Amino acid sequence: MTHIQTLNGATLKQSAAHGGCGECQTSCQSACKTSCTVANQKCENKK
Amino acid sequence: MVHTFVCLGVPVAVDVNSGAVHVLDKTAYDVLTLLDGPLADTCPQELYGKLSQYTPEVVDEAWAELLELQKNGLLFTEDNYIDPAAATLMQQDAPIKALCLHVSHDCNLRCQYCFASTGDFGTGHRMTMDVETAKKAIDFVIERSGSRRNIEVDFFGGEPLMAMDTVKATVEYARSLEKEHNKNFRFTITTNGVLLNDENIEYINREMSNAVLSLDGRPEVNDRMRKTVAGGGSYDVILPRFQKLVEGRGEKDYYLRGTFTRYNADFAADVLHIADQGFRHVSVEPVVGGPDCDYTFREEDLPGILEEYERLAAELLKRDDVNFFHFNVDLSQGPCVIKRMRGCGAGCEYVAITPEGDIYPCHQFVGNESYKLGNLYDGTFDMELSRNFAGLNIYTRPDCKDCWARFYCSGGCSASNLLVNGDIKKPNRFGCNMQRKRLECAIAMRAIRAGMAEERV
Ligand code: SF4
Ligand code: SF4
Repeated sequence: MTHIQTLNGATLKQSAAHGGCGECQTSCQSACKTSCTVANQKCENKK
Repeated sequence: MVHTFVCLGVPVAVDVNSGAVHVLDKTAYDVLTLLDGPLADTCPQELYGKLSQYTPEVVDEAWAELLELQKNGLLFTEDNYIDPAAATLMQQDAPIKALCLHVSHDCNLRCQYCFASTGDFGTGHRMTMDVETAKKAIDFVIERSGSRRNIEVDFFGGEPLMAMDTVKATVEYARSLEKEHNKNFRFTITTNGVLLNDENIEYINREMSNAVLSLDGRPEVNDRMRKTVAGGGSYDVILPRFQKLVEGRGEKDYYLRGTFTRYNADFAADVLHIADQGFRHVSVEPVVGGPDCDYTFREEDLPGILEEYERLAAELLKRDDVNFFHFNVDLSQGPCVIKRMRGCGAGCEYVAITPEGDIYPCHQFVGNESYKLGNLYDGTFDMELSRNFAGLNIYTRPDCKDCWARFYCSGGCSASNLLVNGDIKKPNRFGCNMQRKRLECAIAMRAIRAGMAEERV
């Protein structure tokens, strides 16, 4: 490709297959206590 | 849904539903921004006219590349994660797995913007949690957490170091039950630093998996808001204590956590100031306040704040010794999509408990009687209210459903929605605009760090 570089693939779709265990951190607890960004959290269920 | 933007000079396309992110050149960007749905097999005639700055061959070339992404499930993918009818039922039986333990409704600072009304949460009486109540809270979360193994307990306040005996007794009690109930407790503490000394620094660094240390930034900024009881500044007292704590922390998590208000709209300088004091992990957040406070942002402040985020991103690209919480987006290894739909879990997965044993949906609801969920002593727990919270997710909050940032944000903050819009379901537009800007900055930073930004618009 000359016009496009892909920084990240379809990782959300892939995560649907193994996700939902609920063991990860509650988002608001991690640092800010005022918002619920989840994108910076770790998954506890390493495939 | 595809979101295109230019940030830090980098043109980007986010394919919202698949999580794919693409760095574009100017041609591909111009083509894509003219589309509002999937690409046909060949480029429609009228597009050549609209893109007359390019030759048809170049437009065709970009079109073909975009089409290839689409065919590979990386552009204009559908959101087929969940049947919309099932969305409201999604979290019905979620076990409670995280507590915010308000071990002290008392504080030794008088921060002007404190949502806890300087510690007492507007109740007028200051008290600390006794050990009996704290143990009941641990029993409560063990009982309610079902098969979840990881349990989080955040010691919060007021100022939790004013109740250090309760903190220690709680940790000891919880640890004594871990094996028998197959639980793994993770403790965190959020402190203003005033009472830190060698002994409790050592304790925190040993027992707490995360420490959130409150400091707003430059001395004059910090001291304007974070005042002592006598009205003086707190910066000189707390800075050396935080430095000492972090020195002894090793690899464990911590965050220097500041708040910015209308009075320091140039908050990038505060982030950098904190970093320059030797702190790697920094989180500086917009103040949460009602429309009547002088320090709360007004509509006209928004463009300046968004620019400030971009300025901060540009500064942070020049150094690799700072981890700014909201620019830290893990595109590939982050949480699963299920987690990203659900949001913070306040009121269902996560609750706050007061010194009196009252249970609230989260720390920011404490003191708001109409949102009280129950009490540890009389055993009450309002399942209906809890279900109202459990039913909140990116599909049931109307604005989130159509927002490109939904899988990164997970649906905003019910408490600030209530404060600003009087409705836990109605996102706070101002906050959303900041959230989306932070995400754009974070993604653009990733692209630049990955060396993909040579060709800029
Ligand atoms: S940014 Fe706002 S509208 Fe978008 S997902 Fe978050 S809370 Fe919802
Ligand atoms: S409602 Fe807001 S403050 Fe409360 S836990 Fe959720 S994101 Fe955090």
